[in-house]
Amino acid sequence: MVISRRARLSVRAVALLYLVALLVLPVVVVFFKTFEHGFGVAWGWMTTPAAVSALWLSLLMALIAVPLNTLFGVVCALVIVRRRGRLAAVLDSLIDLPFLVSPVIVGLALTLVYGIHGWFGTWFSDHGIQIIFAPAGMVLATIFVSLPFVVREVAPVLVEVGDEQEQAAATLGASTWQTFWRITLPSIRWGVIYGVILSTARALGEIGAVLVVSSLVAGSTLTLPLLVYQRADQPGASATTGAYAAATELAVISLVVLLAMTAFRARRPQSR
Amino acid sequence: MPRARQTPRSAVRPGGLALGLSTLYLSVIVLLPLAAVAVKAVTQSPSSFWQSVTNPTSIRALVITLVVSLLTAVIGAVTGTLVAWVLVRDRFPGQRFINALIDLPFALPTVVAGLTLLALYGPDSPFGVHLAFTRAIVLVALLFITLPFVVRSVQPVLLELDREVEEAAASLGASNGVIFRRIVLPALRPAILSGAALAFARAVGEIGSLVLIVGKTQIASIVIFADIESDAPQAAASLSLVLIVLSLLVLVLIRRVGGRVGH
Repeated sequence: MVISRRARLSVRAVALLYLVALLVLPVVVVFFKTFEHGFGVAWGWMTTPAAVSALWLSLLMALIAVPLNTLFGVVCALVIVRRRGRLAAVLDSLIDLPFLVSPVIVGLALTLVYGIHGWFGTWFSDHGIQIIFAPAGMVLATIFVSLPFVVREVAPVLVEVGDEQEQAAATLGASTWQTFWRITLPSIRWGVIYGVILSTARALGEIGAVLVVSSLVAGSTLTLPLLVYQRADQPGASATTGAYAAATELAVISLVVLLAMTAFRARRPQSR
Repeated sequence: MPRARQTPRSAVRPGGLALGLSTLYLSVIVLLPLAAVAVKAVTQSPSSFWQSVTNPTSIRALVITLVVSLLTAVIGAVTGTLVAWVLVRDRFPGQRFINALIDLPFALPTVVAGLTLLALYGPDSPFGVHLAFTRAIVLVALLFITLPFVVRSVQPVLLELDREVEEAAASLGASNGVIFRRIVLPALRPAILSGAALAFARAVGEIGSLVLIVGKTQIASIVIFADIESDAPQAAASLSLVLIVLSLLVLVLIRRVGGRVGH
């Protein structure tokens, strides 16, 4: 297609304007609103005990959910790419469910299983274990919503790299474990890393599913996104500044995530 | 998922244990809870299921949710293709920065996006645009969070597209409009549709970016949330089941349309 300079410039202008209005403006607003009343005020809101514990809880959620989903993701990707059979195919088609189901429904689902009136609720409460309205339920919700990322990043890479090198290693006498650690894992590592970045972003930012199963108590079940929600929901301008301060923490984390995504996107063998 | 040919024994091929553990993990984390929702919705009298799905609030919420999500998918398909085009076929300073920026909605927590929309278009809007608690702001929020889907699915296809065909068509006298309609668009259509389908699925279930800004504009996820909060799990489960079924139907429909038009 040979496009005139004028047409090209106007298409470029429309696209860039759209991106600036939709993406850049919101981020600028977060920072502006946070530091509107000075750096000290914002810093004060970021360092209240509630804010500090919320940051730690968010990181803890990601630290539990992401490694579990990474381990599952690599194994599951190997299963669906390398094994044939009905169960592997069923697994393949069900993996995307967490992307299709609303986070609120995830929260509801966990309540129906682990809540007081849920399937196993009585058993757990008899044994003194609380899951819903406690960190355990929030961890389950976080694992649920961030589950498919690693599988979906690693599986296409596995298809692409094939298994010739692994067969060569096996011919040379390597055991399956040696082959996995020395050949398979290194060749899929960028896919794994990209999947980990996406899961981490989702785990740190999740609010819908976690909102349902959290009791919103600072210090025990309040994550950083929930703190943003709680402060923004409170009347009064000063609480709003607090909400923006917490949002700025999340925005800074997400800018780091974005940098990592950009750095690793180019290294993946395929781009989606 | 394209499957490799039967993997020989000598390569790393997971055994039955790996298959079993993967299945168990998925079942405990995902399938068991979702089954609980379906069971809760079904194990009540048909009349109360019917009542909780067909009351005016639920019907309204379902209609608004599906319409706004479809609108998001359609607008996202157009703007996403446009953005992908500019990123692939145009050259300008700062292009790599813009390209990196596309993933921002995946990286930024959705509640932060909602908060900023409230600042931009809420009661204290600096532009005097008051969209808070309307359907328009829901649309803006959904366009924000679903932006990367179409762009990232169209971009690689556009990059691989053989430009010689376009040049041949142009040398034969085809106008740009004809070239776009007859050559470029058919090649991009599957990618656009799959991106739009992902955007639609994401939009239907979205709550994080909307929880602060919808107010009385009751969309499905908010109604389900309100039902849970007011201790009406059966009503919540019924609406959830209908929402999942409806969005699956629309997704199948989008795939169908893609298949038919593509040929």
